[in-house]
This record gives sequence, C-alpha cells and structure tokens, in this order.
Amino acid sequence: MTELTELGVARIRDGVKAGDFTALEVAEAFNANVAAAQEALNAFIVATPEKAIEAAKATDAKRAAGEELGKMGGVPIGMKDLFATFDVQTTAASHILEGFRPQYESTVSQNLWNAGAGMLGKLNLDQFAMGSSNETSYFGNVISPWRKAGSNAPLAPGGSSGGSSAAIAARLCPAATGTDTGGSIRQPAAFTGTTGIKPTYGRCSRWGVVAFASSLDQAGPMAKDTRDCAIMLEAMAGFDPKDATSLDLPVPNWEALLSADLSGKTVGIPREYRMDGMDAEIVALWDQGVAWLKDAGAKVVDISLPHTKYALPTYYIIAPAEASSNLARYDGVRYGLRDLPEGANLQDMYAATRAAGFGPEVKRRILIGTYVLSAGFYDAYYTQAQKVRTLISQDFAKAFEQCDVILAPTTPTAAFALGENVDDPLSMYLNDVFSVPASLAGLPAMSVPAGLSKDGLPLGLQIIGKAFDEQGVLNAGLALEQRAQFTAKPEKWW
Amino acid sequence: MSVDTATVAKIASLARIKVSEGELEAMVPELNGILAWVEQLGEVDTSNVEPMTAVIPNTLRLRDDVVDADPLTGGGKREAVLANAPVAEHGFYGVPKVIE
Amino acid sequence: MSNYRIQGATGEWEVVIGLEVHAQVTSQAKLFSGAATAFGAEPNTQVALIDAAMPGMLPVPNKECIRQAVRTGMAINAQINKYSRFDRKNYFYADLPQGYQISQLYHPIVGEGSLTIEADAKAGIPEDKVIGIERIHVEQDAGKLMHDQHPTMSYVDLNRVGVALMEIVSRPDMTSPAEAGAYLSKLRTILRYVGSCDGNMDQGSMRADVNVSVRKAGEPLGTRTETKNVNSVRFVMQAIEHEAMRQVDVLESGGQIVQETRLFDPNSGTTRSMRSKEDAHDYRYFPDPDLLPLILEDDFLEDCRASLPELPDAKKARYENELGLSAYNASVLTADVDTARWFERLLAETAKASGKAPAEVSKQAANWLISELFGALNKLGTSLEESPVTPEKGGDLLALIAKGTISGSAAKQVLEIMLETGDDAETIVEREGLKQESDTGAIEAEVDKILAANEDKVAQYKDGKVALFGFFVGQTMKAMKGKGNPQVVNEILKTKLG
Repeated sequence: MTELTELGVARIRDGVKAGDFTALEVAEAFNANVAAAQEALNAFIVATPEKAIEAAKATDAKRAAGEELGKMGGVPIGMKDLFATFDVQTTAASHILEGFRPQYESTVSQNLWNAGAGMLGKLNLDQFAMGSSNETSYFGNVISPWRKAGSNAPLAPGGSSGGSSAAIAARLCPAATGTDTGGSIRQPAAFTGTTGIKPTYGRCSRWGVVAFASSLDQAGPMAKDTRDCAIMLEAMAGFDPKDATSLDLPVPNWEALLSADLSGKTVGIPREYRMDGMDAEIVALWDQGVAWLKDAGAKVVDISLPHTKYALPTYYIIAPAEASSNLARYDGVRYGLRDLPEGANLQDMYAATRAAGFGPEVKRRILIGTYVLSAGFYDAYYTQAQKVRTLISQDFAKAFEQCDVILAPTTPTAAFALGENVDDPLSMYLNDVFSVPASLAGLPAMSVPAGLSKDGLPLGLQIIGKAFDEQGVLNAGLALEQRAQFTAKPEKWW
Repeated sequence: MSVDTATVAKIASLARIKVSEGELEAMVPELNGILAWVEQLGEVDTSNVEPMTAVIPNTLRLRDDVVDADPLTGGGKREAVLANAPVAEHGFYGVPKVIE
Repeated sequence: MSNYRIQGATGEWEVVIGLEVHAQVTSQAKLFSGAATAFGAEPNTQVALIDAAMPGMLPVPNKECIRQAVRTGMAINAQINKYSRFDRKNYFYADLPQGYQISQLYHPIVGEGSLTIEADAKAGIPEDKVIGIERIHVEQDAGKLMHDQHPTMSYVDLNRVGVALMEIVSRPDMTSPAEAGAYLSKLRTILRYVGSCDGNMDQGSMRADVNVSVRKAGEPLGTRTETKNVNSVRFVMQAIEHEAMRQVDVLESGGQIVQETRLFDPNSGTTRSMRSKEDAHDYRYFPDPDLLPLILEDDFLEDCRASLPELPDAKKARYENELGLSAYNASVLTADVDTARWFERLLAETAKASGKAPAEVSKQAANWLISELFGALNKLGTSLEESPVTPEKGGDLLALIAKGTISGSAAKQVLEIMLETGDDAETIVEREGLKQESDTGAIEAEVDKILAANEDKVAQYKDGKVALFGFFVGQTMKAMKGKGNPQVVNEILKTKLG
C-alpha cells in the first residue's frame, strides 16, 4: 500500500469511506510528517495535532455508526494562519497578533470542519499576506522542499500562501487553504508543483479571514491535483449572510461535473502576456499548454487584453490603500501587541505598537496606501486606479465574448532563492504580473503544475475563467493535468 | 509626484507608525521608486470611465433589524470581546489616560 | 434675516450658523452588527465581534436603519438618492476600534431638503423661515471613554460603537441663536413624528455640532469654528451666543479665528478648544470595499413613503382649517408627536362619548387639554405620558360637559378628583352629586315658583326691563343649588316670560 501521506483528498476520503484505512491513521501519519519537517521547512506557525486527531476520531465514529461522511470526511488539512480559528492562535504571521486567540471561527474553516476535515495546524505565510516569497513572516521564512538540481540553496515556496504550498509539496498535508489577493494561491502553487484555484470573488466567505485588501481577497483550496481542489472548494464555498460581498448562489457539484473533454470550448491566448525578455522556458511551456488544450478538443484563439501592463501598478495602489485602512485596527487596545513606552499617551502608544508589531513590507504598504488616499492625491492615484481597474475588467469581458477560458503562464520564472528579491520591492512585485489581472477582475483562476525548469523546478500554467465559471477553469485544468502528467516531487532532504 | 523625508514623516504620523530618522531616510527612495512606477497609470485615458465599485456585479444586501439573531454577529459576549485585551478592567478596555 | 446682531466696539456683527445634527436612528440592532442599541447597558455587553473590530469581521447593513433615513429624508422633502455608498473615514482614536468610521461622504443616501421654522416675534423671528438641509447620511456612532475611573487610564466602553446615526447637515442659513434653537426643535419634532429618532437629547440620541462664524454686514463669510456634541436646544443657543461673542472679541482685538473643533461646557456656558482633536485631520475617505453600492428599489421607496405619518406642518394646518383651532392651540398641540397623538385620541373619545362630530368638540377638547390638563399635570410635576387621566377618561369627562350633564366648573372639580383617584368621570359625578339638572319638568317647577314669588319683577320685565332676565336665572340656579343646566334654565325662562 502507498504511504498514506502520499494520498490526496479524494483518495483519503474514498479510502476512509471504504474502510481501507481509518481517518485516525491518516491524521497520525500527517501529524508525524508535520512534526518531522517543522524545523527544516517552518511551514507551520502552530501545529495542532490534537485537532487533527479529534476530527479523525469523529469521522471514524460516524463511519462506525453508519452515518454519511462529509465531503472532506477524514481529510486532515493545513489552515493558512490568516483564517481565524476558535481559541487557536491566529497571527497573519505578524508580531502584532502574536498570542491572539480568536473567540470565533472563520466561515470557510467552519465549513471545512463541518465537511469532516481536521486541522493539522496553522500555516505560515507572508505577513498579512503581503509578499510573494514568504519572507515577510514574523515567524521566519518557509523553506521550499524543492531545490535546484545540484544546489542546496534554500528556495522560496512562493507567497503569500507559502506555508500551504510547501506543506503540500512536502507531504505534510494533502491539501491546505490559501487566500489570493493578487496571486497568493497561484504563484506558490506554481513554485511548488501543486494545484490551487482562486474562485470567483464572493464564492468563499471572507468572514473571519484577516483582511488584506477587501475587494481582492478571496480564499481557495490548494492541493495535489484538480479533483482535490474541486472537492475542497465545494466544501469551502457557499453563501454567507455575514459577508455583504458573498455571492448568493448555490455551490455547483464541481467534482461530479469534472470533464477533460474540451470539445466545443475555445481557449484564448492573450497576446499582451507575451512580454519582452520573457523566459524562454516559460514561453515553451505556454506553447506546450496550447498544444495540450488543442489535443483536449479545444479551439485556440488569440485575444487581446490591452490594459495588462497597467494591472500591477493598479494593484499596487488599490491593495495598499485598502490595507492601510484594514490594518488600522491593530492598535494595541483590544487584542495583540501593545507597546506602551514610559509616559506615552494614547497616540504614542498606537505609533509605538504599530512600529514594533508590523514588519517592513507591511509598513511600506501601509505608507503607500496612506499616501495614495491622502488629501490632494486621492483622485490622481486611487480614483484613477479604480478607473483603470474598470478597463481591465472590460478587457476580460470583451475577451470572453470570443473564448471560454484563457491560458497563460502563472509566473514569469520558476522559484527563486530566498533573499534574492528582498532588497528590491519592485522586482518582487513583478512576480505577480500574470496573476494580478484576474484578481483585479474578480475572476476564477487556477494554477496547474505543467513541467519542470532546466534546474528541475516546477512551473505552472494558469487558467482564467469567466465569473462564476469555476467548472470551466477546473475542466481546462484537468485537461492540462492529464497531459502534463506532472509526477515530480521534491526529494526528501528534511 | 515624489516624496521627501518630511512627507514620509507626515504619512507615517497619519498611519500611526513610529519611524526613526534612519528608517525615514531609507524609506524615501523606496517609496519614490514605487510611486514613480505606479504613476504610469497617469498615461491611461480614463475620461469616460467610471471607477470600479463592485468587481462582480452584485448589489448590497440588507439584513433584518433583529438583535442577536446570529451569535456570531450579535452582542452580549463581553468575555469573548475582552478575552484578548492587553488591559481589561471592570468590563472596560484600558488605555493611557486621554485628555479631551 | 433675523435682526440679531452683536454690538462690537467696531460696529455691528452678523452671525452665520449651520448645524450638523447627529440623530440616533431608532432600531433594535446596530447599523452593521446584531448587537442591541438599548441605552444604559453594562459596559461592553452590547458589543459584537465586528464592533470590537476583531480581525476578519465584516459589516452587513441593517435594513431598518436605511429605511428610517429614507423616511426622514422624505419628511424634509429631500432628494432621495437611489444610489448611495458607504465610505470609510480614517482616523485613530480609542473610541473607534476599526480605525475608521463607516460613513457616507461621496454619495449620501439623502440629498437636498428643507424645513420651515415658524415666526416667533418674541424670539426675534419675524416670519416663517425655510432652513436648507444639504444632506442626510448614515454612519456609525463611536464608543465612550471614561476618564475619571482610574488615575492613569481611560476606560473604553464600546456599547455605542456602530449604533446607527443620521447626520443631518443644514445649510448655514441661520442668523441667530433663536433661529438655531427653533431649527433644532423643529427637526426634533419631525424626527419624533417620523419615528426615526426618539429625540432624547439627555441620553445623547440627538446632539449637534454647531458651526459659527461672524462677519460685518455685506462681507464674505468669516472663518468658522465647530463646537462638538452640544446636547440641548438651550445649550446650542448658549454655545452660539458665547462663540459669536468670543469671535467678535478676537477679531476686534486684531486676532484671527482659527478653524478648529471646540467643546461646550454646560456649566459655564462657554466653549473651549479641544486639545485632543487639535491636529488637522486627513481622513483619507474612500469607498468601503467591504460594502457594495446601496441601490434603493422603487417598491422599497414606496413602502417608506406610505409609512410616513401626517407631519407637523400638515397636521397644524388641518387642526386650524378642519378643526377650527386657533393657530396658537394648533401649534401647541402639534409641537410634539405624543401630544398630538394624545389630543387625537381625546378628540375621538370625546366625539364618540358625546355622539357629536369631532369638529363640534375639537375646540372644547383643545382648550381643556391645554388650559386644564396641562396645568394640572404641571402642578403634579408629571407628564402627559404618565397622566392618570387617559384620553378615554378625558373624553368621557368632556362628553359629560358637551351633553350638559355637568357644568364647566363642576368639570374642574371632577378632573382634580380623577387625577387623585384615577376614577372615571361618571363615577365621580355620581358620587359627588355634581350632576346638573337638565330635566325640564323639575326646572319648570322651580321657575314657576320663582316667577310666582316675583310677580312685580315679571311685570317690569315685560315692560321692557330685559336686564332682569339675569335676576331670574340667578334665582332659579340658587334655588337649584347650582345644579340646574344653565342652558335649559335659559330656554324655559325665555318661554315663560314670553
């Protein structure tokens, strides 16, 4: 029998249901992997083996009683530490929330527990989900389990869901939650040979998810393959009256309707994504992806998304603006860190607490956001950015008159070394060049592992779909996955 | 538009983040780099474009006027609300004395 | 323009006043959370997770608060904006957990409207005046800080955080403390009629930020100051008076007015600069990304309109035109919605009990309520709400007068006893023997006796000395110990004397 920790969501769910193994055995196997890898990979901020065991026992008991098991029955998962979990420390990887134990459970995590999942622990991430390499965490870098051929240099697992991607790639969990504001699910998935989907904005409730940029933040699953993502997304999604931006739509049966037959479908290839000086490996992979989708029966057309080059600067105005306001609540009054220097007044306390509690990237974005909203600059920056955002969204709407899904690379490069981009915020930001446009338009988008770079590192392809059409995205993803036959995994060195 | 140390100091004060002189000096070129880059948006003609308000077409739902209909969004949970407070006394949060 | 001027050393100064009134919207739950809004709860017991700005908490608006704002807008004949948005106003303070207040800057729910303040010669308002209202927007209230409970700390109570407020912004159309007072009173009246705010100023349900500037006649507007959170009509007038004088003093001694936030001290009746809010704010307003645009549908607006009660101006006009009340009485009875409601129930009860049309008993009811009951309740130190005499009981009493069962003077006596005992009028009249005699047979018998005993006077009367009629009435009433129905006595005497 294959090792339990090699299994994904569907096989664990089905195996537990069939009685091939117990949920408890699965939980214990993953708990052991989590513990063994913690020092080397630092994927978790807090491990919660007892939560995983508790949920597993509940599933086993249900099965013994002949009860129906949930969509995620018996599946232990990692929870990105951006989701509030009841009485379990929730930090957003920031010092300012260290020790914070929410007295509430986020809607998405609650949905997963209701579906029978168990929690292995809270996964590391970029601080407040701001970053593309997981290097902004207060709790240390996550180390990717992947290494370049012939090198021991630590690599970035991507970000901000870097704990999630590293943990799945290293078999510490079969699946994990992620959140995506400008690429935070797709980019780390691409860097680690895992699969992740950001659904349509509003599919997953934001209630109880520490906010970064409200109009962009969207939770989604990260897992080993497309089917696992479909299953987990079904469990996570759903209308939530507590979130005013939640979509009041039924959750489709994505898993049941999965089909890799793309006959009658049209795939758009956006010419503006083919940028000057683009990595030849990425171009080749993209061309390969086109061939695979044709092979799956799809028609391929060239499309234009003319405002693509403005997506990143637009994002870097809107996201920091919203963040500067969303993060104002971290003031040392009601929870988290308080730094009260001798003789300080209230306003001094705020400034000292926030200086001590936020990391440099968070501060940088708060300052940018504060500046672009300030008197005299608001229209030139923020209003203009929201107008360009409208144009970007209209670009997609026009493109989708000609095609059903869009194929593009997920990232401009394979994973980079830790430390490589930290001194240059702009080059770090450029990592999200292919992922940000779909975020700005609120569209569903996923990354599927499609090949290896010449250095032996995973590369991902991205599928972007129409609003509400996660099915179309998943189906195209499945078609790629079946043809890419991506089976590489990092050699265990930890 | 570019910022100088005085401007960055003002922004940091608005954002209630204490920064040292040294940090200020370092931040100025960083922020200017980012601002210069985002300013390329200025070249886009948006004269007939509405700013985006809802990324996915959707209208604002309103809820009924019922107290504590859902414990997750209702009151009457002082313990939960104060549980993580750095200073809580007699059912209040405590902050350094404010003079109004 | 009122004739209010400040006499300075350099001449006369005009005062320009605008009010921003914060009115707590009457609702069970808060604007964006399900926590209760009740006044006076233990600290932090009416706080939802979102009110404490816990990470990841999200706002969902309360429909009733939106409805009440729309109804209020309709009551001041304002433009109702079918598209509005919530914006964040960003600043740091201990009473503001989110670090921003959700308000409406760019697209308020209610636009331009107005209300009319009535002429009041005594107060220096020569004629009715329309005061413009620029907008009404909906926003969150802040929490409360207690400064006197601990030597080095302030305590924070978040119970009020997120309670819905309407900010009602007037045009700078007022030119005297009296006009500002009248505006605030009228606004309060309207809000209470609509039911969108209880108007309890002492509980903070209504408070005003007072914008004042002064200028010489014909000159452009001066720099204004904003005195925050003034919580009574009288204090608003005092604050304006003091602030205008202070500004004149500053300007006449060569100084300049600083645009600033000030605080009113009710004990001294003065205003002072607010230290904690000194630094000029840059609120960085932007649309709240947690909330989508608010679109009001036509049927929602129709429901709002259909649910509006008769408003004070219309009611006053109806009292004058249909019920024949004097302008003064109509004004007194419509000044507060509770009084008007009480009066209308009284009128209905009186009409029912006496079998007459409301218009026939309206003056009697109005006079009785204003001059009898108000006075009596005043003496007892109680209010109409707590009056032991209900409109039903009052109506019964008035019907007894209308039907001639008791005299007006007996009615006063009955009212006193009703207030003491709570008994109904008829019981009291029976018990105290206050019924007047309307039985024509009994009165005729008495009249016959009087006429027989005074044949000389009857002769004189018939010779033209008609003034003697009063003598016969007096004699008859005296014989009947004051209980004869004067109207019946008059009629019988007239018949008998030919």
